[in-house]
Amino acid sequence: MENLTALQITTAIIGQFWPVWLALAVTFALSIRFKRRLGLYGKLFDSPVGMTGFAIVMFWVFTAIFASLIITHDPLTQLSGMKNAWPGAAVKNPGEGIYQHYLLGGDNLARDVFSRMVMGAQSVLSIAPAATAFAFMVGITLGLPAGYFGGRLDTSLSFAANLVLAFPVILLFYLLVTPEIQAAGPAILGWRASIPNVLAAVLFAFPIVFFTILWNSRFFTNPRQRNIYVGITLALGLWVYIGLAFNADPTGIWAMEPNLLNVFVSVVFVNAPTVFRIVRGIVMDIKSRDYVAAGQTRGEGPWYIMLWEILPNARGPLIVDFCLRIGYTTILLGTLGFFGLGVSPESPDWGSTINSGRKLLSQFPHPALVPALALMSLVLGLNLLADGLREESLKD
Amino acid sequence: MAKFLFRRLFTMIATALCLTFLVFLLTNLAPNLEKIAKSEAGSRISDAEVASWLEKNGYARPALLRYGEWLGVVPGWTHTAEDGTVTGRCIPRGSDAALAPRYCGILQGDWGWSNVFKQPVSEIIAVRLGLTGWLMMSVMLLMVPVSLLIGVLAGMREGSKTDRTLSTFSIATTATPEYVSGVLFITIFASSVTGLKWFKGSATSAMDDITFENFFLPVLTIALYGIGYIARMTRASMTEVMTAQYIRTALLKGLSFRQVVIRHALRNALIAPFTVIMLQFPWLLNGVVIVETLFNYKGFGWTLVQAAGNNDINLLLGCSVVAVMVVLITQLISDLGYAWLNPRIRLS
Repeated sequence: MENLTALQITTAIIGQFWPVWLALAVTFALSIRFKRRLGLYGKLFDSPVGMTGFAIVMFWVFTAIFASLIITHDPLTQLSGMKNAWPGAAVKNPGEGIYQHYLLGGDNLARDVFSRMVMGAQSVLSIAPAATAFAFMVGITLGLPAGYFGGRLDTSLSFAANLVLAFPVILLFYLLVTPEIQAAGPAILGWRASIPNVLAAVLFAFPIVFFTILWNSRFFTNPRQRNIYVGITLALGLWVYIGLAFNADPTGIWAMEPNLLNVFVSVVFVNAPTVFRIVRGIVMDIKSRDYVAAGQTRGEGPWYIMLWEILPNARGPLIVDFCLRIGYTTILLGTLGFFGLGVSPESPDWGSTINSGRKLLSQFPHPALVPALALMSLVLGLNLLADGLREESLKD
Repeated sequence: MAKFLFRRLFTMIATALCLTFLVFLLTNLAPNLEKIAKSEAGSRISDAEVASWLEKNGYARPALLRYGEWLGVVPGWTHTAEDGTVTGRCIPRGSDAALAPRYCGILQGDWGWSNVFKQPVSEIIAVRLGLTGWLMMSVMLLMVPVSLLIGVLAGMREGSKTDRTLSTFSIATTATPEYVSGVLFITIFASSVTGLKWFKGSATSAMDDITFENFFLPVLTIALYGIGYIARMTRASMTEVMTAQYIRTALLKGLSFRQVVIRHALRNALIAPFTVIMLQFPWLLNGVVIVETLFNYKGFGWTLVQAAGNNDINLLLGCSVVAVMVVLITQLISDLGYAWLNPRIRLS
């Protein structure tokens, strides 16, 4: 087998991504066709910057979804003779049904760089948005009352938030994401009250609290409807909650590896105070508007005003920040991987791949370069998307 | 103003105490202490021996008390062995117990002993901070002028082609964390692949002798991530100033555009970025840790990683004290500077 030229590599890679191109084409065709009916999302397609960002982000989202179709080799298989192979190198002694080339070369353990990069997208995109969403739940649930009521509640919550923010992030990660920390703490009924587990138990409860208050404040005048909504939230929420936070889901669907839980919790913990500060600031601004005063005069409860009057009007900046924050979380996850914290060495995530590739950087840069460019493009896409959203949401 | 300063200082000290106590708790978790016992007294000792070793060396006391010892507000522990020799926190090995001071902690200037480097923590930190100081200073010298220039040029005429280009550049830099740009720079400028080899891919030699060749890449790597952020803030504040009434007046009375920008707009536009620049310091700390690891420059960040990776409790505590103080002091300076620069806040 011949080695591939640069042009052949490019063609092969573009071909390999066919499910992504197809999905992207369908998404864009449908979105542009119906953009006038899609609100803020539709308006995104009026801004070239926003559209570019959206395309890049969706490229990686679809890559993560179709990862198993795109990869050419198993991300953990080591093929002999392919150590530090250059991009386009032909596989030596190819077996039956094996892809004939390493499209982007091999790493120092003779694994396919291209497939690892694709699988890395999957591991990043399965954590970053979820962690950001949790951070938003925590930040919103605490930031709304802090901004609305003010006073001592605000002072103490703000002090706690500033405490976390004054912590250098890397130091916090080194302290929270160590294997030892999982083993420390008293055991209660088979569940160890270690710091990450306790943090998980607290932080994962916030979405349930948030939705319960959300439905209750809206429908408490109609107990039957309220009971249905709150009941569904509690049943579903608690089921997931005991699975994720206590690893005690009887059906076994919801469970998290201790390592992953550690990483997830620390990322949420680092992000939540910033969201809290943003939400608090917006609430303090909106609080003085006339429609809030009107709501108060009508006798609406404070939580109804916060969740159904103030929050919807704060959605613009929050959506923009959500996009930016996913990017920031991706960078944080990369940092964790770069220091080898909380991930197994085999994990194909971008940060740890960059870390393992950096030792041979001056001779064989491709194992580190490929995930580095992938991470950069994803974060760039998210930033452009946020910029486009900000521009479009400011227009009305 | 005095009341404001007093309140800020009070909050700052409370925050510093809380944070150092948290770090103290997290570094002194039971498994970490067990590891220390095993590395000092032999790895095959039994659980009972671990417990007695911890007891003898003052690790078994309550955490709050030990935090007080470390801080220097509680007398150090002492232990009298069966043969009558007295050991203790403040008694150096082999010296007379009667002459030792009662208190020895951070407040007395005793930062403890590093298990990994076999040196007093205060010495290590002083040397490493000096090295990192050079790095930080160079970063600031590169980052601040470049980012302000980009921000002012972009914000001067909103929506122009210059603005678009520079804004896209700023977004791109904020999307490039240090470990990505570092890898890119080393590949392009220091590897055999492109054959350029303009710079060195390692900054180890810069610890003795800083040259452009061995120091520029790490500095550029840290600066780049901050440039985009400061530039965007400057641009936002510049565009806001440029739409103000007094700028229109100045333009209408016939001053040249250049004059208006330099004399009237610049001063007011630079108040907001000042805060942002000061708040960059804690963020730079992150960059410093990554870049020092990547370029093998053995400064403060590198030391922090070594201390954390090798379970060196005293060194890690020392590093965190420095890091936390840097963050808090820059926050204070940024608040004060903002109040000083902005008359509306100063007078109220």
